[in-house]
Amino acid sequence: MSWLKISNAQAVPVGEIPLLTIEELRSQTISRIKNGERLVLLFGDKTSDGVVLYAVLADDNASRLSVACSKFPDQKSYRSITTEAPPAHLFEREFYEQFGITPEGHPWLKPVRTGIPGIDHSERQYEFFSMEGEEVHEVGVGPIHAGIIEPGHFRFSCHGEKVYQLEIKLGFQHRGVEELFVRNADRPIYLEKLAESVAGDTVIGHAGGFIRAMESLADVTISNRAKVIRAVALELERIAVHLGDLSALSGDVAYLTGSSVFGALRTKVINTTMALCGNRFGRRLLGLGGVNFDITPRLLDDVSRVVDQLDEDVALAAEVLFSSASVLERFEKTGIVKKETAVALGMVGPAARASGVAVDIRSDHPFDGFEFVPVHKLTLQSGDVFARAYVRFVEIQQSIRIMREQLGRLPGGELRKDLGRLNKDTFVISLTEGWRGEIAYVVMTDGEGRIRKVKVKDPSFNNWFALALAVREEGISDFPLCNKSFNLSYCGFDL
Amino acid sequence: MVQATAEILIIISPFFFIGLINKVKAIWAGRRGAPIFQPYYDFFKLLGKGEVISGTTSFVFRVTPSITIAAVLFALMMVPLPMFGSVLHFDGDFVMFAYLLGLAKFMTVLAALDTGSSFEGMGASREATYSTIVETAFFIVIGSVGLLTHHSSFDTIFGAVNMAAAYTPLVKILLVASLFIMLLAEGSRVPVDDPNTHLELTMIHEVMILDYSGPDLAFIQYAAALKMTIISMLMADLLVPSHAALVPALTLFTGILVFVFVSVGAVESLIARTRISHVPQFLFLMTTLSLTAFAVVAFFLFGGIK
Repeated sequence: MSWLKISNAQAVPVGEIPLLTIEELRSQTISRIKNGERLVLLFGDKTSDGVVLYAVLADDNASRLSVACSKFPDQKSYRSITTEAPPAHLFEREFYEQFGITPEGHPWLKPVRTGIPGIDHSERQYEFFSMEGEEVHEVGVGPIHAGIIEPGHFRFSCHGEKVYQLEIKLGFQHRGVEELFVRNADRPIYLEKLAESVAGDTVIGHAGGFIRAMESLADVTISNRAKVIRAVALELERIAVHLGDLSALSGDVAYLTGSSVFGALRTKVINTTMALCGNRFGRRLLGLGGVNFDITPRLLDDVSRVVDQLDEDVALAAEVLFSSASVLERFEKTGIVKKETAVALGMVGPAARASGVAVDIRSDHPFDGFEFVPVHKLTLQSGDVFARAYVRFVEIQQSIRIMREQLGRLPGGELRKDLGRLNKDTFVISLTEGWRGEIAYVVMTDGEGRIRKVKVKDPSFNNWFALALAVREEGISDFPLCNKSFNLSYCGFDL
Repeated sequence: MVQATAEILIIISPFFFIGLINKVKAIWAGRRGAPIFQPYYDFFKLLGKGEVISGTTSFVFRVTPSITIAAVLFALMMVPLPMFGSVLHFDGDFVMFAYLLGLAKFMTVLAALDTGSSFEGMGASREATYSTIVETAFFIVIGSVGLLTHHSSFDTIFGAVNMAAAYTPLVKILLVASLFIMLLAEGSRVPVDDPNTHLELTMIHEVMILDYSGPDLAFIQYAAALKMTIISMLMADLLVPSHAALVPALTLFTGILVFVFVSVGAVESLIARTRISHVPQFLFLMTTLSLTAFAVVAFFLFGGIK
């Protein structure tokens, strides 16, 4: 049976999704991944007659998504997909943790967040991979860290200064986000705020992803003006975080000039977002059915002026940063992720593009204002900290261009439409290119048009494992730098 | 009387120089920055605080701050001021000087290991490794001037070095540059270490004192600042002409100290910290500079090394 082909944020009746046997789903998922499709999601859904496993794959070149599912009425195991298609590895662990169905042969079947049912999740029970030998030592960092950052535990196995292996244990911030969506299905403003809070640094990205899924379920097409404002907001968020990251990367190598200049530029950008909606991170800017704030002609002038100034300043600051020998010495050839590794892990976002993997949802599966402007998939080949820093710089430049084009011809239209009732028994998947990479939202409704199931995937979910591989054979003192170059979210992963 | 005042001024000055570095960095970053006397406020704040001492530590951890501060103050007594000379001097005192600084470091390393923390163990291992390079180079530096002047006490070495032959400016430049690298290394400054980072995995000096709090931490921070001041005094001693009058000599001496610390601030503002695996390469630069100076002295004194 062929899989159901859909496009980004296209709602389809749940009944139309082909139901395969688990063996068919397994072999077809594997062969599709081997043929170059990208695994977007693999997730379980508990229904009255058993657990259903959904697989969503993306054919990025054709801008198409394919979806299929398989049912587990009572069996408690299946053959692991990971053994032949590594991108599935974390998804299968998550599925195992949530439903207790064992992927037989999975090479790394450990808890993802909350712990496996029946197994104590405490630090003592969790079995870290460990090494033994003379002069081999283990360093445990976290979950409580020195800076004001989120909790996560890092266990290094080192030989002197050299890291042999790093194991990352997360889940300390599990809040039950997906469950909260379902439980508060009747409170639209709560839902908007919840989506904004999935990862605090990706307010526009997550809110946009969820809201587009909801609009599609209600058959609402928002005005072009709202689409453009959303795209501008998303690019502002991208620029702000990328600038902050360049500042923090400079700070991590004790490069004062970069750290202060990029930090100051970031402030200008988040202040622009504040001028737009009253919040520096863009909270409450987006709403179900459109946006809550308009770009008035006066605001347009202000924003354009900031963008022009930013263009010059960023170019200058980047020239200084990327021509500084002492900075390049730290950035280059540190924390390399090879292209094969990036593909095998299913990496997304700037971190993947820095390793030469051309994925960008804005270009592959356009949404909102990106339907109107071309977006280049900016890639570099070296996959080191330098590439991840430089790709941020060129993305800022591209975002500035996109904003200019979008603001240059701001279309008309009403800001916000009424959402009305959601379609019954419907499935939708909405993809968004947040600044960190692909954000996926699956929303399913029940027979009364209520939200029955929400599946969230933050790009951090794809990329955390890449960090663990990037620091192998590196000096342990370069770990913070590598970590910052990925800048992954803990709460986005923990949900 | 004047000498006593000068010595006391030196003893209370280290935090001023730290404040100076921070001010230079702030200005470079376009900030107003903390007041230049902020390190003093921090020092007194720490003195007024309670302490938390880890239950896994032994007496080594507790005696280390006192031993460190005593050793560094003792070392200060051997460093001459222009015109006055040093409080304490005897033949070969520079060996004792080096090992007093070594003792301070040894105790810090022991205390770090005493806590049993994996972070502090890493920091201790880094500190011990780099010290072996710096200490050797320091002996070559003093050896060069000792050879030049035929003296073996700081007091007389620095008195005589400025009377010597025409090639001394070259030797002095090499040695001052060498001591500047020693200052960056011993003071845990960029590019060797990053005094501002909160990332334990990258730290060297800071990570070893993570477990200290309150007055103990204040002592250790003071000792670290004083150590930097002492090294900068050695640089000034090399440069101040010994036949100048008292007031110009002291002014020049102070001016050089200020200039040295402003330079440290400028270095920290302009370059990034080097990779930890490349720190030895940077430190060997100190060895190279001092060896070159030694070779120059040997060449002119003996017509080459025979």
